[in-house]
This record gives sequence, C-alpha cells and structure tokens, in this order.
Amino acid sequence: MESASTYFSGFNINDLLYLGEAALRTLWISFWAISIGSFIGIFLGLALSISRVIAYTLGAVLDVFRSVPLIIQLVLFFNFAPIIGLRLNPFEAGLIVLIVYTSAYVANVARGGIEAVGDPMRRAARSLGMTYWQDLRYVVWPIGLRAVFPAWVGVALGVLKDSALVSILGYIELLKASQILMTRTQEAILILSIAGAFYFALSYPISYYATRLEQRWSE
Amino acid sequence: MIKITNLHKQYGELEVLKGIDLDVPKGEVLSVIGSSGSGKSTLLYCINGLEPIQKGQIIVDDIDVHASDTNLNSVRQNMGMVFQQWNSFPHLTVLENVALAPKIVSKLSKKEALEVAEKQLLHVGLGDKLTQYPSALSGGQQQRLAIARALAMEPKCMLFDEATSALDPELVGEVLDTIRLLADEGMTMICVTHEMGFAREVSDRVAFFHEGKIEEINQPEELFGSAKSKYLQKFLSKVKT
Amino acid sequence: MDYNFHWRPVFKSLPDLLESALLTLEVAILSMILGILFGLALSLIRIKMTGPLKWFAVSWIELARNTPALLQLFFFGFGLGAFGIHFSPFLIVLLGLTFNNSGYLAENFRGGFNSIPETQIRASLSLGMNSFQTYTRIIIPQVLRVVYHPMTNQMVWAVLMSSLGMLVGFRELSGETQFFASKTYRIFEYFAATAIIYYVIVKIILGLSRLMASRLFKY
Repeated sequence: MESASTYFSGFNINDLLYLGEAALRTLWISFWAISIGSFIGIFLGLALSISRVIAYTLGAVLDVFRSVPLIIQLVLFFNFAPIIGLRLNPFEAGLIVLIVYTSAYVANVARGGIEAVGDPMRRAARSLGMTYWQDLRYVVWPIGLRAVFPAWVGVALGVLKDSALVSILGYIELLKASQILMTRTQEAILILSIAGAFYFALSYPISYYATRLEQRWSE
Repeated sequence: MIKITNLHKQYGELEVLKGIDLDVPKGEVLSVIGSSGSGKSTLLYCINGLEPIQKGQIIVDDIDVHASDTNLNSVRQNMGMVFQQWNSFPHLTVLENVALAPKIVSKLSKKEALEVAEKQLLHVGLGDKLTQYPSALSGGQQQRLAIARALAMEPKCMLFDEATSALDPELVGEVLDTIRLLADEGMTMICVTHEMGFAREVSDRVAFFHEGKIEEINQPEELFGSAKSKYLQKFLSKVKT
Repeated sequence: MDYNFHWRPVFKSLPDLLESALLTLEVAILSMILGILFGLALSLIRIKMTGPLKWFAVSWIELARNTPALLQLFFFGFGLGAFGIHFSPFLIVLLGLTFNNSGYLAENFRGGFNSIPETQIRASLSLGMNSFQTYTRIIIPQVLRVVYHPMTNQMVWAVLMSSLGMLVGFRELSGETQFFASKTYRIFEYFAATAIIYYVIVKIILGLSRLMASRLFKY
C-alpha cells in the first residue's frame, strides 16, 4: 500500500484541481469564441446570400480561414499583432483568432440555412407585406435554423476541440495543463484520459442530441 | 418446374404464409392476385430464397431451395426476378447493368457477356439505350431493363413481383407487352399482379391469395367468371368496375 | 509600425519548406488510405455486428470524433510511452491522423451505406451474385459516390491536422517552418509563407478532386 501510494504520488488532488481550472479556461475561451463567432458568422452568411459579387469576394476571404491550419493562424496573428502595435496576451490573441475562425465556418452554415429556405418562400413572405427584416425574423430564421442547427452544433463542437490549439500561445487551457502535468508526473495515460474524458463528456451528448434532433426533424 | 408443399413463413409472431401447396409445370404462366398483405410477394421471395422459411418445401427444377446444402446463388441463376421497384444499378450503363451478372456470375468472357446483354436489350426494345445511364430512362424503360437483366442469366423461370404497380399508368402497357412476349415464348412465370385484365388474358391459371392461403386457383375464365370463394367475389367486385 | 519585414531568408529556405510540404502530403495521403480501410471496416462492423467488436468500433468512432485531434496525437506520442511503446514523430502523426480519419470516415460510410436502398441488395442477390460480389460491384461503388465529397473534405482536414506534427517534433511543413522561424526569429514571415503553401495545397486537392469526380461519376 505504502509503496503504491508513493508511486502514484506524482499525480495528486491538487493536480486534479489544476486540471479542473484549466478545463474552465477551455470552456471560457470556447464559449466566447462560439458566441461571438456565431453572431458575426450569421451576418457574414447573410451578406454572402445577398449578391454574387459579395459571395465571391467575401467568400474567398473566409475561405482562407478554412484552408490554413488553425495553429498557423494562431502563430501568425500572435506575431503579427505586435507589428501593428497591438499588445495582446495569449487569451486575447487566441480568442480573436478563434472568433474569426468560427465565424468563417458559421458563415457557410448560415448561408446554407438561408438557401434552404428558398426564394419562393421568401417572395411569398414579402408579398404578404413583410419587410426585409420581418422576413428574416419570422420566415428565414425559424426555417433556416432548423435546416442547419445540426451543422452549427458540429461547428461549435469543432471549435471546442480546436480551442486546445490555443495552448501553443501559452494559454493554459486543459490540454496545455495536461502537457505540463505529464512532463512533471510521467502519468501520461492517466492525465490524457482525464482530459479526454472531459472533452468527450461535453461533446458526445451534445452531438448525439443534435443527430437525434436532425433525425426527428427530417421525418 | 416449381413445386411447393405445405409452405409456412413467419415474420416473428406474424404468420404470413399458412401452408401453401402449389405446382407450376414447365411453360405455365401463373398469376397471383389478392389484396395487399395477403402474402403474395412473400411467396416470391421464398421461392427465390431471399427470405428463409419455417416449414415446408420449395423445389425448383429438382433442387430444394431451402435445403441447407443448396447453393442459393446457383439456384437464383435459374430464376429471374423482377421487382416492384425497378432497381437498376445507377452507376452502370444500361448495357453494363445487363452484362454484369453474366460476366461475374456465369463467368462468361467480357465479349460474350456484352453480346448476351445486347441481345436481351434488343429483345425488350431497349436497343437504342445501350450506352445511357438508367437515370436517363423512364420508369417503364427501367423496368424493361430489369427484365432484360434477369433474362440475360438465361433463367428457366421468371418471377414478377408487382412489376407494374410503381409505374405511371401510361407506362404500364410497355412493360406488360414485354411480359406477354415472354409468355408467348413459353417462359415459365409467376406474376404477382394488380392488373386483372393482364392476369385474365395472359395466364394459364390464376391463384387468389387470402390471408396467407391460396383461397382459390383456377383457369382465368373460371376464376373471374364464376368465383366460388366469397372473399374472391368481394375482392373482384372491389377491383373491377 | 517600425517593424522591418525580412523575406529574404524565407525565399532562401523555400526549397526546404516545399520539400517538407511533400512530407505533409505523404503523411496526409497515407493516413487517408489507412483511414478509408479502417473506416470502411468500422462502419460495416457498426452496421452489421453486435457484441464486443461492435463496442470496440463504436468506441473508436466516438472517441475519434469527440476529443481533440491534438489529444489523440499526444496519446500516441506520450500516452503509449507508459507501456514502453515509443514511436517516431512520423509514426505518431500517422497513427494519430489515421485514428482520427477512420472515425470520421466510418460515420460518412455509415451514412453512405444507409442511403443505398435495401432493394439494390435484393436485386443483385436475385441475379445470383454472392454477397461479396454484391458489395464490391453494386453497393460500394454507389457508396463511394455518396461519400466522395465528405472524403475530399476529410483529405483537406488531414492536411490541416498534420500541422499538429510541429507539437510532437515532426518536421513536416509546420514543424520545418517552426524550425526555421526559431533559428532566424523571422516568425511572422515564415508562418505567412507557410500559410500560403497550405492554402495552395488545399486548393490543389479540391481542384483535383473535382477533376476526378467528373471522370469517375458519369451518371
């Protein structure tokens, strides 16, 4: 017993608290990235659906964020900010990149939702005397949301998992904390399992629920 | 040719076929009619070995279809089957659709398989569609393609499972014409059908299915003219006029 | 803005960067080939089987989809060290990406298999084909078309994910970039160049995929 406890003493209750705190940071940065990124993304999606010219130009710009690895975007922006005189800490820099990254994906999803509603239905709404914004609020939003909600959940969960990459800037979220503890305690399997379980416990039920919802709606 | 004795078939608790005895000699055209859920289509699936049976025996061309040592794939080569959904293979051209089974099942050379396929497609009147994909064909043409595909295996008998009921009314005729052509050529056939006029005109005998049993079986004039079973009378009064 | 951009060192090491980009492609392509094989097997097990094998397949699929790719890489990099298993950086990335690809592709394949009507199987069986012929000649060619687009996306993901190699000491494009960047301190310039290379790679993949699709799917 004695020897066993000293063998495992590498990882103790304080380390668990440390991981918990880091997990909260993962949630914190993901929450803001997903909320703000989705908000911006919806408007970008709207812009994409308005005209062909915008779809091509803005679309091409947003495409860049989906064609370059997030980790490169993070390093690039973190090192670019000081050049233009911005003093950002890792959280701020990471959050900004994640917001842009999220909005690029959400824009595509939102555009899909708007297209799913279709022009005839929107024309019908306008013919009833609805204004542009009323049409968006009462027709496009409820119908389009249904069409793309599962896809949006996929993007959000992707951002939750990708937020692990902000660790490269030194922001101590869950995976960075795990890495630090692994180096100290040499308990890689245990620590990775705890971190993995956290992500899984958050991601799996939500994606399961979204799939169910999709099936129910498609019936 | 096809001999069925005391056939029972269940899906779980539900008994679909409750003791079928049927003998179809070579060259006969047998039509099977009855309301939906009476087990007509299930009978065809059992004959083709697509569904397992619980009791009884099905002998096709001296082979016991459901015996454990029977090679189902070789049994099926002797039986062509055409389904309600035409089931053309969408990723193959019309010609390839028909040539595939002769090539990989009957092991014909590519050239022979293509010749057989072309012959059968001409047979059903699709000679001008060889290089097209099924998506370019109408439902009736796709169903004729399915018939050609089955014929290319040179089967000894053909099973038709409501071959026209998924078709638009104006396309039914061309498919029935093709089946009629086969009947004239002496093909042994069992046709599950809703087309009473067709059953009457083409069949040597007609079997009326009711709740998993053959309620009445007779020559068409007798069966349609002087039905004995009250279920059949009721059924006929509903489908006619 | 008093930062002086120095692009000369980047141009000088461009051949090295491009060579490492080949390594990126190599690991991405290998992980896709393996991912397709494993993914196909996993999806068929998930659809057809019950018992421990199904449980294994479902765990693989869901773990791959619901935890960060970086964590999966760490697992192959550090986690297995506990059992005395140490992989080269190349293998860590290859195994991590393969694990991840297999999970996502398995779900794509499952969707593909479910989209082929049962009647296609009946039709080919009724022609005397055995189940192997039915799968290889009828079902899988049709499934491939359904999953072609998701598979292309997964290939893009594999390229993007391979950038995580720089965190486990693999000198693919990102790792090589980091190496030069830390040697010369021209971090921004190097990562900007690398971002462009990734962008071009992704565009080439998408272009080739479209070209191949027009050849493959004539129907």
